[in-house]
Amino acid sequence: MKPFDYRAPADAATAVRTVAADPSAVFLGGGTNLVDHLKLGITTPGLVVDVTALTSAEITGRHGGLRIGAAVRNSDLSADHRVRERYPVLAEAVLAGASGQLRNMATTGGNPLQRTRCVYFQDVTTPCNKRQPGSGCSAFGGYTRHHAVLGASPHCIATHPSDLAVALTALDAEVQVLGTTGERSIPFGELHRLPGEHPELDTVLDHGELITAIDLPEAPIAANSTYRKVRDRASYAFALVSVAAALRVEDGIVRDSRIAFGGVAHKPWRAHQAEAVLRDAPANEDTYREAAEAELAEAVAVDGIDGGNGFKIPLLTRTLVATLRDLAGEAR
Amino acid sequence: MTARAIGQSLPRRDGRAKVTGTATYAYETPVDRPAYCHPVQADIARGRVTWLNTAEAEKLPGVLAVLTEANAERLASTEDAELAVLQSAEVAFRGQLIGAVLAETAEVAREAADLVEVTYVEQEHETELTADGDYDADTTGDVETAFAEADVVIDQTYRTAMYHNNPLEPHATTALWQDDGTLTLWESTQGVHPARAKVAEVFGLDSEQIRVICPFVGGGFGSKGMPHANVILATMAARALPGRPVKLALTRQQMFSLTGYRTPTIQRTRLAADRDGRLSAIAFDVAEQTSRIKEYAEESGKPSRTMYAAPNRRVAHRLSALDVPVPSWMRAPGECPGMFGPEVAMDELADALGMDPIELRLRNDPDTDPESGKPFSSRNLAECLRTGAERFGWAERGPRREGDWLVGYGVAASVYPVNRSPESTAAIRFHGGRYTVDIGAADLGTGTWTTLPQIAADALGVPVGEVEVRIGDTDYPNASVAGGSSGMITWGSAVVDAALAFREKFGTEPADGDEAEGSVSQNPDEERFAMSAFGAQFAEARVHADTGEARVPRLHGVFAVGRVINPRTARSQLVGGMTMGLSMALHEQSVLDPRFGHVVNHDLAEYHITANADVGEITADWLDEHDPYVNAMGAKGIGEIGIVGTAAAVVNAVHRATGVRVRELPVTLDKLLPGLSSPGPRRAT
Repeated sequence: MKPFDYRAPADAATAVRTVAADPSAVFLGGGTNLVDHLKLGITTPGLVVDVTALTSAEITGRHGGLRIGAAVRNSDLSADHRVRERYPVLAEAVLAGASGQLRNMATTGGNPLQRTRCVYFQDVTTPCNKRQPGSGCSAFGGYTRHHAVLGASPHCIATHPSDLAVALTALDAEVQVLGTTGERSIPFGELHRLPGEHPELDTVLDHGELITAIDLPEAPIAANSTYRKVRDRASYAFALVSVAAALRVEDGIVRDSRIAFGGVAHKPWRAHQAEAVLRDAPANEDTYREAAEAELAEAVAVDGIDGGNGFKIPLLTRTLVATLRDLAGEAR
Repeated sequence: MTARAIGQSLPRRDGRAKVTGTATYAYETPVDRPAYCHPVQADIARGRVTWLNTAEAEKLPGVLAVLTEANAERLASTEDAELAVLQSAEVAFRGQLIGAVLAETAEVAREAADLVEVTYVEQEHETELTADGDYDADTTGDVETAFAEADVVIDQTYRTAMYHNNPLEPHATTALWQDDGTLTLWESTQGVHPARAKVAEVFGLDSEQIRVICPFVGGGFGSKGMPHANVILATMAARALPGRPVKLALTRQQMFSLTGYRTPTIQRTRLAADRDGRLSAIAFDVAEQTSRIKEYAEESGKPSRTMYAAPNRRVAHRLSALDVPVPSWMRAPGECPGMFGPEVAMDELADALGMDPIELRLRNDPDTDPESGKPFSSRNLAECLRTGAERFGWAERGPRREGDWLVGYGVAASVYPVNRSPESTAAIRFHGGRYTVDIGAADLGTGTWTTLPQIAADALGVPVGEVEVRIGDTDYPNASVAGGSSGMITWGSAVVDAALAFREKFGTEPADGDEAEGSVSQNPDEERFAMSAFGAQFAEARVHADTGEARVPRLHGVFAVGRVINPRTARSQLVGGMTMGLSMALHEQSVLDPRFGHVVNHDLAEYHITANADVGEITADWLDEHDPYVNAMGAKGIGEIGIVGTAAAVVNAVHRATGVRVRELPVTLDKLLPGLSSPGPRRAT
């Protein structure tokens, strides 16, 4: 790996100024993704700025919801009783991710910023527009099992790997960000970008902007929520597809829902169209299937050496139906 | 030989050192001022290196040397092209070694390796295995007539994936050349003497100039059975820095191109039978790959020659030489992939006949070896099938639905030959009231540290606590490779021979310092008998009715493996083999991208090996089999039979659960989904 400088400033504002002033600088959180990238040569920063001690590692109550400090470890987040009771989808999503060892290191602020696990992005000997803009996309016609069926562009079909981010998208979380000009708040669903012409950009954050906390709004519906991750083995694998869902059914009618998909797009995919179909419709399998099909009407499969990723479309339909069926049947 | 220690469930003698972290592995060997080596690899699949610019790499502080084809020493032998490291500018596969950096730290070596600029002339490459082409068939009887006249014929093509051994400990070496021209290799290997012989040949040295030391191995599964290019590179690098030890551990990614793999297979499998299920013909045509620079043939057809009593048999291999890395041994090479097609085809035949698949196998269990006509020294497959069926609860095999899960059971048979190498020597010395057994054997996790003393104790007629062994070093007498499930049989035979020689020379009251040697010869009974271990594997598969996710909560194997030396280590081998078979069935697959020519899912996040959460209850049991013909211990090798048949049992179970027949491994949910009905209303558990 390329040698780099390391700094651990005393406060977040200094860290932000330091990174903003140096185009080769990066923030270091848990390091569970960055350190791999350093070894693999995917990223070659000149300066690594450690922020794990600069943001809160506490989860606190706020306006009926919760504020999660960016330095909260994934393992602590999933174990927090308020999260487990009021936002089970979030606790389940975190527990579905990575391994126990990684969750002990990974942070709430860093997790949503992890980069795609596209095998071509991960291998510097193959072209990748996301890693090296303009070099081409090797995933088209390659190994596409983990690639996008929604929102992709001709430049990139990578998917976002975070489970936690899918749950936060469904929960209408807000991201608190500190930049050189002060703080701002970003709705979680707007944090990540679709690839478009610039797949190298994962998020709307400016260089140097630091996530300091994530806010969960008060959301009674979230008490009846769950995360269903479908993957190639029972643990330690990225999602082929995943569904984060919260559901409120009254008298057999769906009154409200929150749905997001993982493993199918460049960003956690909020299923607004599915939610619209569900609203005030009878809570049954036909409705759930219609909702999934509405959301997936625009889905596009890509061919690949492994048979392509077309299976994700029926898989996601079936997973959403099963997830909503479970939520409707078992009010928590 | 009276069994007192043999058969005892003794704990591993090396267990404490391993779990407390004091066991030293090759890379961790404490040495003074080590230098670190990091490979430079080709990133084209075929062509020629025209220019290697090492200037930037050499400028990096801490870099000691950059080795390339231009400055590397000429090797004495380049006959084995896999080991002809840095001898030519030709690139035969993506990932091939084209250089190496030596530096004061591993980090600097790696960084410098990235700074080496390479210019190539590229040639078109071919990396995709197909089933097209001619097959060289080995035929007995009149196969085609048997197919034409059969009541029932199964004719299907099955595929197994490309697999990579991923031992926990990577391939690693610490190499040191002394001023006197002697070489010491602390090497993670399955055989210190075979490794020494190969290194001696490649470098043109006398064996006495080389010492290979390997007390512990963090797994190998065959990949450490013979030296790969990394060992040659480490040795070469150390000679470039005389007097300084050089450490080289391959990264996980590098292992995917440099340390062998199991070829993918395409297996056309045909069975012909009458209405009663009696097989009249078996035909097995398998396509496999090797590297253009070195032939390695996976003998997948072998087991179908001896498994069932079909009078007409055809076995044909086709080996394609492609621009790919060199394949090599992986647990039960040949038998493991080779039992997949045939054992799934047997299940398909049982279905076609409406017959219990166990009954079908029993009807075709031969009295003598179909290939050689010899009697078996022991063949208790039928008993394995019957006992296993009973213990597993085969009668409840489904299909049924439990909640969201579709449930079914499957069975498959396994076979693995009894292999013995006629090359090993053991020395036994009496000192201080105790016996020390020296033999350069390997313990790659199989239990050799523990089981050899058991064999020696019984052969000497003393308590096992009075016996020490010393293994894993070429300073001890010559030992064969730990491969082909032959280690314990071979080394144990040599130890028994040494013990008998010792007692003959010195009686039961030896003097301090008395010493005797023994060795192992070819087994004369192999002339009279066909010798194999057998087993039956049972699997319970559960497939999620909505998502197609496949789970295997239960695996059970019953084996006929002769006398078991140590039930604890034996069970561990069998359960481990079955776990690896489960992994093959559901998860493992090296995805080679033909455009680039390398495995693209080359890390443990993307190359899926069965994880703890995938492993339910795996149980292995064995029959009380005594086979007096195999060796003095009456024991058959057990390192490999556990994996054989497991994948077929899982696929057969998945079929029973879902009605979907998967003929291409691994069984991933996308292969099941189209055959599952639309999600229905939830049913009661």
